[in-house]
Amino acid sequence: MADSGYDEWIDAIDAGEGTYLECPEGHGSLPPRRTCPHCGALELTEKPLPESGTIETFSVVHVASPSFADDTPYATAVVDFGPVRLTGVVRGVEFDDLDVGTSVGVGIEESETTGQPVVVFRPR
Amino acid sequence: MTAVRVAGVGLTHFGRHPDRTGRDLFAEAALAAREDSGVPREDVEALHYGNFMGALAERQAHQGPLVAEAAGLSCPATRYEQACASAGVAARQGLKSIRNGENDVVLVGGMERMTNLETAGVTESLAIAADELYEVRAGITFPGAYALMAQAYFSQYGGSREDLAHIAAKNHHNAVNNEYAQYQREVTVEDALDSPPVAEPLHLFDACPITDGASALVLVSEEYAEEHDVDAPVAITGSGQGGDKMALQDRAHLAQTPAATKAADEAYADAGRSPEDIEVAEVHDCFTIAEVLALESVGFYEPGAAIGAARRGETTRDGDRPVNLSGGLKAKGHPVGATGGSQLVEMTRLLRGDHPNSDAVADAEIGLTHNAGGTVASAVVHVLEVVN
Repeated sequence: MADSGYDEWIDAIDAGEGTYLECPEGHGSLPPRRTCPHCGALELTEKPLPESGTIETFSVVHVASPSFADDTPYATAVVDFGPVRLTGVVRGVEFDDLDVGTSVGVGIEESETTGQPVVVFRPR
Repeated sequence: MTAVRVAGVGLTHFGRHPDRTGRDLFAEAALAAREDSGVPREDVEALHYGNFMGALAERQAHQGPLVAEAAGLSCPATRYEQACASAGVAARQGLKSIRNGENDVVLVGGMERMTNLETAGVTESLAIAADELYEVRAGITFPGAYALMAQAYFSQYGGSREDLAHIAAKNHHNAVNNEYAQYQREVTVEDALDSPPVAEPLHLFDACPITDGASALVLVSEEYAEEHDVDAPVAITGSGQGGDKMALQDRAHLAQTPAATKAADEAYADAGRSPEDIEVAEVHDCFTIAEVLALESVGFYEPGAAIGAARRGETTRDGDRPVNLSGGLKAKGHPVGATGGSQLVEMTRLLRGDHPNSDAVADAEIGLTHNAGGTVASAVVHVLEVVN
């Protein structure tokens, strides 16, 4: 199954050329999107995603759904990239060292359970 | 705004009933509500029914007419899906249909069958209340999403796992006398602290259980109650609904739930009441942190101040404003599509004086229910009052 807009967004991050959408008011959002979720503007422009963001909140997940069962325990986080936030899995950090404010970059890696692409943050 | 009377309420036991069909669960609650109301079957003009995951759990969609039939009704029936707020929005729509003059008598409520699925299947089913592309594919589970909110709260305002454990202990204590509750047993603060981690900082005893159950209420207009001499001392006097961005990552704030604030503000304005007037509340504590977020959202506490409310004894049964005297979702159980209706049933009984914990709020005349969907991308708040 393809998900137009989202699939291309994943591919772009994987290629190191992550993007987000910006409206004339400067609000950021993620595709697929026809209108700004913050102000309703219809003119959305693709912009390069900043190379690094900061962890805003995180959790170490011990009980997961079947599609992530073999990945447990794993860390998830919401990361602030400025105009947009992203949600994903944090790798390359000891759980005890996870902290709000940590600087991370974003890439695409595989789920250990399904091999499906997952948004992954690693320290920069 | 026009008050709508609660003429009758009904519940099934909340717990593990893996062999019972959803239609049978709802029939039991609906028949109990009808019996409690004394309203004749043929006077029920519409059914507004909440259900979240019936298509996954029972391979059954189009449940409105199915459960109307099971409840012995022949009237238009609509199913609402709004994640964990399904029955809250169903009740709100039924209420509005009476207020706008369309109906005089409606049945509202909801049902969820969950335990026939394995825990893994339930976890997967619950996850679809989150954003499939941007959250579920990124490894977010339902507990995981609330864990992100809990961590954001701790980072911004402070608080501890012990504060949360006091909420679990309080709600389990309240459930002991509630025959409808899944867990009629005490849990100590130590028990909660020692339970295994699910999604840190949340552990097993921070989470509500997986539950089967149904809820139902018969709502009638003032005119109908008067004309037919219906004994309905409790009215729903205020109703509100709020929304927010679906995914946490798109919210203005990760440690506040403004959808519930919007819902509460609307309900207060509707009822002509304010947070200070509320004497007792049933709030959506799917996880202990959710109770904290709820109490702040509906204006009982400033942001950052509700985390210690249970520990300080302010929300316990002996406190100034008891919260979740039913046992809450935590101990009473959380059959997702039934919960919003269940909160209205419990609050009606608390105010009528026929709830096992009514003695804790013997003089209370004004209560509030708070029902949230997903990570509070949806919220429904109702104000209930004793009117005669």
